Parts: sequence; structure tokens; C-alpha cells
Amino acid sequence: MAPVLFELSEVSLSRGGRQVLDSISARIPVGATAVVGPSGSGKSTLLRLLNRLADPDSGAITYRGRPLGEHDPLELRRQVSLVPQLPALIGGTVGSNLRYAAELAGTEPDLDRDLRLAGLDPGFADRDITALSVGEQQRAMLARSLVQRPSVLLLDEPTSALDETARNAIEATLAELRRELDISMVIVSHDPGQARRLSDWVIRVERGRAVGCGSAAEVLA
Amino acid sequence: MSSSIQVSIGHVAASLVLVAVAIAVSRWRRAELEQDIAVATIRSLIQLTAIGYAIELIFEADTIWLVLALLAVMVLFGAITARARARKVPDAFVTLLIALTTAGAATLGLVVALGIFDPTPRYLVPVGGMVIGNAMTASAVALNRLGDEIGDSRAMIEATLSLGATAQEAAAPIVRRALRSGMIALVDSTKTTGLIFFPGTMVGMLLAGADPTDAVRLQLILLYSLLGSVAISALVATTLSYRNFFTPAQQLRDRA
Repeated sequence: MAPVLFELSEVSLSRGGRQVLDSISARIPVGATAVVGPSGSGKSTLLRLLNRLADPDSGAITYRGRPLGEHDPLELRRQVSLVPQLPALIGGTVGSNLRYAAELAGTEPDLDRDLRLAGLDPGFADRDITALSVGEQQRAMLARSLVQRPSVLLLDEPTSALDETARNAIEATLAELRRELDISMVIVSHDPGQARRLSDWVIRVERGRAVGCGSAAEVLA
Repeated sequence: MSSSIQVSIGHVAASLVLVAVAIAVSRWRRAELEQDIAVATIRSLIQLTAIGYAIELIFEADTIWLVLALLAVMVLFGAITARARARKVPDAFVTLLIALTTAGAATLGLVVALGIFDPTPRYLVPVGGMVIGNAMTASAVALNRLGDEIGDSRAMIEATLSLGATAQEAAAPIVRRALRSGMIALVDSTKTTGLIFFPGTMVGMLLAGADPTDAVRLQLILLYSLLGSVAISALVATTLSYRNFFTPAQQLRDRA
């Protein structure tokens, strides 16, 4: 197993009287990890804990060996960047979104590079976000995250809103990203096939519990 | 500014004819407002009569402490009323108390400090009532908008937080729009004042026989003071309230 990125110990969380995560213990190594399971099983909630958009009610999570609570949440979110299931760009152009993200992270934006890595032509920088398809918006969200030079990408159902052709194209982009950048990914997916194609390590979640954790070959066999 | 007209109970009773017209219109066109109009008429009669007697007592006592007590009661009822419009905002009541108190104290303090009004009950009571009333409306509208927009924009706010933005940065566009919505009604009515409508103070002074120039000048002073007070109340209300939607770790709280 590759070095551990995140380690979850007995992590539980309830919302509105419902147990969303129930005593989950799992390791997420460097590389690509898929969190799979049916809709409503707690996968997206688990992902949100990893960059502290939410905190668990009980249990502990470490990132690179240090408790998550000891990391500055703002710094953590730039290192561990979450791309949500549905695009949520700020009004304006694709370029203004990328420049905003760069400003927050204190990085020098290289729009051509980041758009290309996300599978978009550099000409998209001047496009208004309202003129983009959902697939293009999703790629713009990915480019916006990449601008911050994160070391981990958290991808919440990155292709759920897309047709098969667009899904294949995004998967190819993500595979290409892994080849080009030293970046880890945690991908939430309800599709075991996608998990098999994109990840080395898999956590299977059902009804808020981790029912499988291991190599993709083992868990998805 | 002594009154040159005498208003009797009979005059007030006669004006009820217009209330009857309103009820008749509602009934004829089935607007179903008859009961509301009746309640509004009775409440306004009781409330204004009561406040009339209270003001008379305060004028006779001529002490600043009674004025402050009356203004404190106005702030309290203003905050209770405005809270009903800001149900989606956590801890809105305390925020509104602070916003109305700040707006009232700052505005009255400034007009007295600048020598515009004397610090006597005759000036502080009516001006304070207008200032707090307008501040209440502005902060209620602003917080109503803030609560609605944060509820509707959760995905956008969390996506921005995910970039390492602070709660302040993530909520900034929403806070800006909420502040604007709290202030815009008075700004617009100030633009059109004298053209489309005559504001209440001016009308009251003209009816009471004041010189039109004095009436206009006093009205301008009040309009400008109100602009300041709505800006302060909307600013304080939105600035304090948006924080209540977030945790210290810059997380958007779950819906209440």
C-alpha cells in the first residue's frame, strides 16, 4: 500500500436525527481512491469531511499523519480541493473564476495550462460561464481547483450530470491529470465500473458504514 | 411651529368614512381585506392614542431619561417585529437589538452634536421614532434577503469555501445584495420626494400652518438623517448576521 494520506478512525456523523456515517474506519493512500456505494449511503458526506467543509460528531481523521483539526481549514482546502457534484461557478468569465481561485491561494495563474489540463481550449478563459454546457462548467470547476496547485483532488460524482460521451472524456482527462501531475484523487462514484477505471484503492460504503476497504481488484472483484 | 388647526374627535370620526370606502372596495372586489382593514384601523387608533398620551407625559416631565426609556421600548418592539421577517437568520433578535440601538444612537447623537436639534423631548421623541422605525424596516428587509439568499446559495458558498475562501469572502456578494435591498426603498423614495409624493413630516407641518420653507428644510433634514440610520442599521444587521451562518472553522452551518 502507498503512503497513507487520510486515516479515518470510528468516524460518525448524524444530521437531522439520521445517522449518515456510522463508525467508519478506513485508510486513503496516496494515488487514486474511489468511494463507492449506492445513493444516500454517505459517500459525499465522507468527502466533505476530508477538507473540513464539515466535522464529524465523533471519531478522528488525520491528513498526512496530523489530526485534521490541527490544519488551518483555509490552507487545508487549498491543498485538498473539492470539486462538487454540480458546478457552482461565480458569475463572470471562466478566466475570472480561475484568477479568483489563484488570488485566494496566492498562486500565479497559468490559465492556458490549467484549462488544457482540465480538457478545455485556452479560448474558454474569456467565455461567460452562462454560455457553457454543464460538462464545460464541470471542467471549468476542475481548472479552477487546479489553479491552486492542490496535492489532493476530491471529486464528488464528477460525471453524474453528463452523458456517456462526456463522461468518457472527463474520465480520460482525470487519467491524464494523474499522469501529468503529482496529484492524488478521492473520487466519489455510484458506478463500480468508473471506480475500476479510475482508481487503485476502493472504499465501499453502505448505509453509512464502510463495508469494504482495499485495492480496487479486491473490493470490486 | 404652533398648531393653527384644531383637530377634534369628530374630525377623526369623519375620516372613518374613507376607511368605510376601503372596506367597501375590498368587499366589492373580494380582496378579503375587510378584517385586516378593521384590525389596522382599531390598532392604529389605540396605538397612536396611547403614544399620544405617553408623549404628552414625556413632554410635560421634560426629562431625558423618559425619552431614552421610550426609545428603548421602540427598539425592543422594532426588534421583535423585524425578527418575524428574519426567521431564517440565526439569533436575529440580538442582532436586531444591536442594529437598531446603534442606528438610533448614532443618528440622534449626530443630529444633536451637529446642533441640528436640541436634546429635548420635543425633538428627540418624534425624530427617534422615525429613525428607529425606518431602521427596523431596513434591517428586516436586509435580513430577510440575507436568509433567503444564503439558503438558496449553499452550493455556491461551499464551492467558494472549498477554494480556501473565508466565510466573509464566500458570503460577500450576498451580504452586499442584502445591504442594498435594505437601503434601496428609502434611496428611491428620497429620489422621488416632492415629485411623486409629499413626505409625512412636510405634509404635517403644512397642515399645521408652518411656513413651506421651514417645512421643506425640516423634511430634508429628516430624509438625510433617515438615509444615515437605514445605512447603519442594515450594515450592522447584515455584518453581524452573516457570521451566524458559519462556524469558527469557516464551515456553513446546517439549516436550523
